[in-house]
Amino acid sequence: MKQLLVFVKKEFKQVFRDPRTLLIMFGLPIAQIVLFGFALTSEVKNIDILISDHSKDVVTTEIVSKIKATNYFIVHEKTMGDQEIEKTFKGGKIQCILIFPDGFNNELIHQGKSEVQIIADGTDPNTAKTMINYLTTILNEYQLQKFPSSALRYQIRTEPRMLFNEEDNGSMNYIPGVMALILMLVCTALTSVSIVKEKELGTMEILLVSPFRPVMVLVAKAVPYFILSLVNFTIILLLSVFLLHIDVRGSLLLLYAESALFILTCLSLGLLISNSTNAQQTALLISMMGMMLPTIIFTGFIFPLENMPWILRTVSNIVPSKWYFIIVKAVMLKGLGFRFVWKETLILIFMTVVLLSVALKKFKIRLQ
Amino acid sequence: MRNLRFLLQKEFRQIFRDKIILAMMLGVPIIQLIIIPWAMNLNIKNINLSVVDNDHSTYSQQLITEIGSSGYFRIISADQSYRQALEHIENGSSDLIMELPDGFERNLIKEGRQTIGISVDAINGSRASIGRAYLGSVINDFNANLKINQVNLADTLTKTQGFIEITYSNWFNPHAEYKYFFVPGVLVLLLTMIGGFMTALNIVREKEVGTIEQINVTPIKKWEFILGKLIPFWIIGMILFSIGLCVIWGVYGITSTGSLPLLYVVAGIYMIALLGFGLLISTYCDNQIQAMFVAFFFILIFILMSGLFTSVQSMPPWAQYISEFTPVEHFIKIVRMIVLKGSGFYDVLTELGYISIFAIVLNGWAIWNYKKTS
Repeated sequence: MKQLLVFVKKEFKQVFRDPRTLLIMFGLPIAQIVLFGFALTSEVKNIDILISDHSKDVVTTEIVSKIKATNYFIVHEKTMGDQEIEKTFKGGKIQCILIFPDGFNNELIHQGKSEVQIIADGTDPNTAKTMINYLTTILNEYQLQKFPSSALRYQIRTEPRMLFNEEDNGSMNYIPGVMALILMLVCTALTSVSIVKEKELGTMEILLVSPFRPVMVLVAKAVPYFILSLVNFTIILLLSVFLLHIDVRGSLLLLYAESALFILTCLSLGLLISNSTNAQQTALLISMMGMMLPTIIFTGFIFPLENMPWILRTVSNIVPSKWYFIIVKAVMLKGLGFRFVWKETLILIFMTVVLLSVALKKFKIRLQ
Repeated sequence: MRNLRFLLQKEFRQIFRDKIILAMMLGVPIIQLIIIPWAMNLNIKNINLSVVDNDHSTYSQQLITEIGSSGYFRIISADQSYRQALEHIENGSSDLIMELPDGFERNLIKEGRQTIGISVDAINGSRASIGRAYLGSVINDFNANLKINQVNLADTLTKTQGFIEITYSNWFNPHAEYKYFFVPGVLVLLLTMIGGFMTALNIVREKEVGTIEQINVTPIKKWEFILGKLIPFWIIGMILFSIGLCVIWGVYGITSTGSLPLLYVVAGIYMIALLGFGLLISTYCDNQIQAMFVAFFFILIFILMSGLFTSVQSMPPWAQYISEFTPVEHFIKIVRMIVLKGSGFYDVLTELGYISIFAIVLNGWAIWNYKKTS
């Protein structure tokens, strides 16, 4: 036990000796959380729309000013022929064209109906769908207001209620996911170099010939990173609460316990990578470059997991951050207790055990 | 010039010697390009709905049946109380609750209107808002088809008045398929990761191992050393880009609508900018961990803030400003314009100008900051 303490102390000293690395390792992820927390939103707005109004009458002018009044659109006005549409889209700025034909109001009054055409740039399907939705709503509302008799006599209306997120705080959708993503990549990458660095520098041999039990080397390596990661998590949590205004609804203790477990899972994965490679470069490439995209996708915070083909949904089960993401959402945002997340917790425990035992098995205590 | 040739020979040998590195550079990205885009689908269907019907009337049953058969929703539970339905939202099995109040049918007929409560799980932002919109449109259809309205509709139609008919179309992607948007994004991202991570790591590694000192004491010039480092990765990047184009054609059936040579010119300049970025990181870092974390910091910003998977224009103005300062934002724009819309040289000129500026500034800065003496 005393040996272990001495060893942990050595690791800590090594970590703290290089303040620049320390700052980069822990400062940058924190900056990322703040940046993404403020920047990312799932709401679509500021769409560049071009309105080609061939009629320019009372009604079209009113509709245009209605569109301008929302903050969804940036309106550009230019009357143009059909042959110019393609050229406009190819220019890349305009995403949507709204066309009022000649004599719009005239037809509306005399024939009882008029046609308006929406042409969307479909290269970004999500924005295209959303803007068609927005425009339809605006036009329908205008119609009802201008011609009340076109309204239905009997109507069911809806009254929406936003659960868990009354103020519609956009960062809530992304923060738990970004937290899971960053913790996972950072913790794994940090530990993935720990052993392999000693191998590369040749100091591993010295450790192995010492009377110290080899397994303890692994433990001693993991301890400083575990503690530093918890500190990191605490800072991230404080920033989310005080800067991004996301309250912790559930038990703080439970959130910490689950986070500690998740950090352990990631450290085990890092140790496994470290034990399976021979150079820092390789370890880092696997833990960061190789794991980055799969982690982003399979955590499920950008693309819903339910939409994936079943094979990929199955694959997503082996990504620890997916389970942590579910836990954070439940405990932190919904304020639920342990009985709602015990399954996910068990899965993380199981992963940690498996990863650690494989890492131990791969840990070579003899030189080739 | 002769020096440069030898340097290139050395670099290529080093790259090909390590099979794992080679696999990480070419194999892993291609496998990811084949697999990952299948997972990228924002099409929201099968929204899980819990229904609380306090009325148990003909109309309420009709409405529920209508919603169930609309194809968007999966009614997962019919609950006795709101409290019970909330359980389903809490444990994640349901996305929204529709609560029909007592007296739903009576009020609808007597007063002409009835409000129903919809509660959505707002943590799942996009799913919640889209579910709400779908439910709204199903209810609107239901309203229009109500028998009591049909009678009235007949006389409104004879008096025909002010009906705005909306037609819409999606150009370049009529079926609004997500693969056209995301597949080029993944290709660009993989190229960015290889260029950024590999160059940053490679040079710092020489620093850490100490071999850079040996190179520094030789008569090799600064520009020769840097070119010797950049050219191999540039070639590998372009090979990866070519394989990637074949993969997206073979697997996803996406071919470039626009000019292929133009696409290559843009990719070539972008690779130079990217290598400059990696090089710049390496000149500021002392060891591989630092280089990797700094590269990770920027690349994650590239991924989440440059419009690869999320929309740039919806972000606050300052964030859009940051986005302008990432080369990726300009490159992905051009790639999508050329590949999907067939934009020509003049359409992409401004963006290409930005990328060229990045190439010059990043490389210039890196060369200026690279010192042969410590």
